[in-house]
This record gives sequence, structure tokens and C-alpha cells, in this order.
Amino acid sequence: MIKIVKRDQPSRAIFFLTPILAIFLTLVAGGLIFYILGFKPFEALKFFFIVPIADKYGFSELLLKATPLCLIAIGLSFCFKSNNWNIGAEGQLTFGAIVSGGVALLFYEQEGFYILPIVILAGAIGGMLYASIPAILKTYFNTNEILVSLMLVYVSKLILDYLVVGPWSNPEGFNFPETRQFSDSARLPLLFEGLRIHAGIFLALAAVVISWFVFYKTYLGFQMKVSGFSLKTAKYAGYKGKKMIILVFLISGACAGLAGVGEITGPIGQLHREVSPDYGFTAIIVAFLGRLHPVGIIFASLVVAITYLGAETAQIFMQIPKYTGQVFQGMILFFLLASDYLLFFKFKFIGSKK
Amino acid sequence: MIIDINFIGLIIASIMASSVPLILASCGELITERSGVLNLGVEGMMIIGAISGFALMTVTGSLIIAVFGAMLAGVLISTIFAFLTQTLITNHVATGLALTIFGIGISAMIGKNFVGIPGKEFPVLFEGLKDTIPLLGPILFGHSIVFYFAFALPFITSYFLKKTKIGLIVRAVGDSPESASNQGINVRLVRYACILYGGSMSGLAGAYLSMIYTPQWIENMTGGRGWIALALVVFSTWNPIKILIGAMIFGGLTIIQFHMQAVGVRIPVQFLTALPYIVTIIVLVVISRDSRKIRLSTPSSLGKSFHKDN
Repeated sequence: MIKIVKRDQPSRAIFFLTPILAIFLTLVAGGLIFYILGFKPFEALKFFFIVPIADKYGFSELLLKATPLCLIAIGLSFCFKSNNWNIGAEGQLTFGAIVSGGVALLFYEQEGFYILPIVILAGAIGGMLYASIPAILKTYFNTNEILVSLMLVYVSKLILDYLVVGPWSNPEGFNFPETRQFSDSARLPLLFEGLRIHAGIFLALAAVVISWFVFYKTYLGFQMKVSGFSLKTAKYAGYKGKKMIILVFLISGACAGLAGVGEITGPIGQLHREVSPDYGFTAIIVAFLGRLHPVGIIFASLVVAITYLGAETAQIFMQIPKYTGQVFQGMILFFLLASDYLLFFKFKFIGSKK
Repeated sequence: MIIDINFIGLIIASIMASSVPLILASCGELITERSGVLNLGVEGMMIIGAISGFALMTVTGSLIIAVFGAMLAGVLISTIFAFLTQTLITNHVATGLALTIFGIGISAMIGKNFVGIPGKEFPVLFEGLKDTIPLLGPILFGHSIVFYFAFALPFITSYFLKKTKIGLIVRAVGDSPESASNQGINVRLVRYACILYGGSMSGLAGAYLSMIYTPQWIENMTGGRGWIALALVVFSTWNPIKILIGAMIFGGLTIIQFHMQAVGVRIPVQFLTALPYIVTIIVLVVISRDSRKIRLSTPSSLGKSFHKDN
């Protein structure tokens, strides 16, 4: 007989092993879905997860997609650790892209070493400004941050749409919904000739290191942990709750904004309607899959980035719809949450005694 | 200038029609939340309902099968949520988000073969009576059965929660799962039922969009309505009758942008489209400012997991 018993203490080993279990289960379920759709499961999975990263170019693309995911997820981990549900990173990314794109356009056809830092800073500030809206409304007006941050995603995409169609559209662009190309000084340098991977990856790595330091070596990190564990305890300990809410939102907005900068000054080079294929939403999954741990998030961003590439490859080679990527992303989160059960409960095998 | 009174009636009717999916999804979610469960997957369940309804209609040709099939699809997809949050005791917010991401992905995957196929005409009731009464005629008559159901639903929901025994049990479970459990109520069972019911209503809301409101399948056609429905539940302070008012306001905003464009008001279309989202935020702020009132009307255990130790 099998009995389910509650663990005395959540298991730490399982805490970091369940993400791997979740990925495995996602692959199994994914194979099943491919089978139902009439594809050979193993072949489809191969096209989805192995073919895209089999060569140098593919690996560069993987890092290119993982960069924004990692950056945003690091920011989100500040929010999620302290029990703040910022799910509007996509909007903060978009607004960061708008502000930094606007600044980059100001320097149209100008060159100078100072341009890129200003553009990057503008993106971070844009993301922070946008994230401050749900934060301020939450702290001073008690408004649900989930709904506000999400509504703002739609608003940001409409602002972007308005700008690239209207006032910011390229005067020589035959009415295409896009701005002028940024000058070279406003572009992030490429790391290797012929590959798209750019210097934005260093921003992501810096965010990883800084967040690790803050989480585990500072008083702020400790306060966040306590607030995430129990708001009552945090209040009792006299932590400034409001200040912290605003701070974590600003950090997470800055990271999302930087991810936006990375996209438009990296691979894109201008503003147009689609600056992000929902990186801001996918990063929520990355943050959870990485267990809100900086190193975990690096691995998680690589795994989830494959779903983007795999979806593209599978579409080209097997005519598998590209949305399969999202299906995989949703499933990873489902299985991860489900396997959390093993953290708190264990199965005990009991011999049938009489 | 002579304003045709029937024209005003038609505008009001179109506002009502655009508020139907919001009413359906909100009323469903309201029951779910009243039992203490916060399901953020409304958008995902709605889009699944939309594609299921449209696909079943195209494949089987039967509107009845399509409508009930969409509701069943909503139930099935919400079963995942129910199993995770109730049996495996996962976090409500994260699970709901996963449901939405999954739902959008899988609906686009299924919907690939249904893009560009024209929908079918959905039968309307009392068509002939439309011209009998000025103003009220177009408002009251000539709508689909789902339309009438949606406008009855807030009242049915209110009656159910206030006057029936099961409604009382749902509220008890949401307000104090511990004491409900001590009274011998199976908290988990009640919550399962409320989640599945919410799923069926979201499924119906989606089917209304793809089969009646704009009879076709477009990717992501719910366009955030699921999230607005969630906001409406907060707006209503968990009172179904107020959902009706809220949904009409948002329906109105959607319709007004069309008319403003038609009359040639020089406002960029993007600002008008953004209006419902911005107004949602403003309304949420106004409603939530009074934290005491919100605390009094929010189901006490909303979003908190309940686990009975055996």
C-alpha cells in the first residue's frame, strides 16, 4: 500500500530536482501531443529541441533568446520573492523599448561613444517608470497589482503602435509601421562576426551576479525573503513594506526595460510593432523554473529559449504550428507546480500488515 | 437634426451585445472566487471556449453541439487548474497564469486550420417584434439565446448565493474553509465544483465571441477580455448585480470607439482602443481605495490554499 505523508520539512534536494522532473514530463506530454497531431513523436521532439541548437549559429540564437528571458526573470524574482505579483513585465519591456528607442532616434545619424550608454539608461528608466505605476497604486491605493500591471501591457503595445504608425514612423519608409534605423553608435556591439548574439548578454550576466549578491548577502535580500514567507512577520519585524514594494517593482521594471533595449538596439535596430515575442510573459515561467535563484534562472532561460527556437524550426521542417512553443511553456509551468507536491509530501510504501 | 430613436436603441443593443462575454465570464469567476479560489486563467479558458465552439460548429455543423462543446472544453481545461490547486495544493496565481499561457498556445494550435473560414449565422429570437416598440424594440428583441441567458445570469447568480442552501455552502467555504470543514462540508469538492462551473461560463463566453459576436476564428480574439472580466469581479465587490453595470460600462467603451471613429473624431484609434484598459485601472483604483470596504466584501480565504490534515 502507498500512503501519502506530509514531510516534516520541505526537501531542499527535491526543490532543485523537480524542475528537471518537470522538463522531463513536459517532453513526454509534448511527444504525446505531437503523436495526436499525427507526427512521429521522437522526430518532432528532435526537431524541436536538438536540431535548432546543433550548430554555432543555432547556439548563438539560443543565447540571443535566453538573454532577455534571463534578464526579465531576474527582475521578476525580486518581485516574486517578496510576494509581489508583477505580471506586466511585457509592458515594462515595451515601454523601456519606447523610451530608449525615442532617445536613440534623437541621435539619428550621429555617432559617439556616449550614445549607447544614454540609450541603455533611458530604457532602464522607461521600464522603471512603467513598473512604478502598479507599485504606487498598490502601495497607496491598495489596488491589485496583477490586474494593473497586466492592463498596462495592452496599453504599452498600443502606445508603441501609435508611435511607429504615426509621429515616429520613418519619413522615407513608405508608411511601413516602423521607425528609422538607429545609428551604429546606438546599437549594442555584436560579439562574433556573422552571429546575432550581442553585448546585451553581459547586462543579463551582470543582473545575475548583482541579484545573487542582493538576495544572499544583504539585509534587503533577507527582508524580501521574510516578506515573501509571511507578510505578518515582516510587519512585526518593522520592515518598511511600502518602500520595499516600490523598490522591487522598480528593479524588475528596470530589468524588463533593459531587455527591451537589448532587443531594439541588438537584433532589431529600430522600433516596430513587435519588439518582443511575449518575452515578458515567458520570463514568468523562467523565474519559477529557475526557482527564483539567479543560477537556476540562467539554466531555466536556456531551456525555455529552446522552445522559441524549436517552435520556429518545427514550423519550417515539419509544418508544426509555431504556437507549440507556448503550449510547451504552459506545460512546463503546470508540471513544475504539480511536482512541488513532492516538496511537502512524500509517498510511503507500507507493507500490508494484519 | 432628427435623431432616430430606434438608432439609439440599436446602439444600446450593441453595447449590451459587447458586454455579454464579460458578464458570462465574470459571473462564472465570481462563483469560483466566492468559494475562495482565485483563477487567473479566465483569458485562457475563454480562448479555448472560442476555438472549441468555432471548430465544433464547423466540423459538426450543429450549433447546439458547438455551444455545449465549448462549455465542456472550459470545464475540461479548468479541471487541470482544479486538480493542481485543490489536489496538489499549488499556488493559485501561478497556476492561473500557466492556464492562460497554455490556453492561448493550444487554441492557436488547434485554430490553425480554422483561420479564414466564415462562421455560421446564429439564430436570433423574437426577430419580428423588433419594430413593434420604438427604442425598446431593438433593445429587447432579436438577440441570441446566449444574450438573454447572460442578462439573466447576474440575477440567477445573486439568488443562488443569497437564497439557496448550496449558495450558502459556497460562501461558507470561501469565507471560512476551516469552520465549513468542521461542519462536515467537503471543502475540496465544493471548490472543484465552483472552478469547473467558472470554466464552463468562460467557455461559453468564448463561444459567444467566435460564434455570435464576430462569427469567425482569429488568433487571440479574446484580446484581454478575460482579464477585464477578472477586474470586473473586483469592481463588483463580489456582487453579481454590479457585474451587470460594470460590463455595460466596458461594453459601452468598446462600442463608443467605433462610433467616434465613424463620426470622424480626430483621436488616434490606438487611444480609443486603450480606453477600456485604462478605465479598468482607474476603476480598480477608485474601488480599492477604501481598503476596509474591500476587505469586508472579499471572500476571506480568496487565493489561499486549504489542506485538511488527515
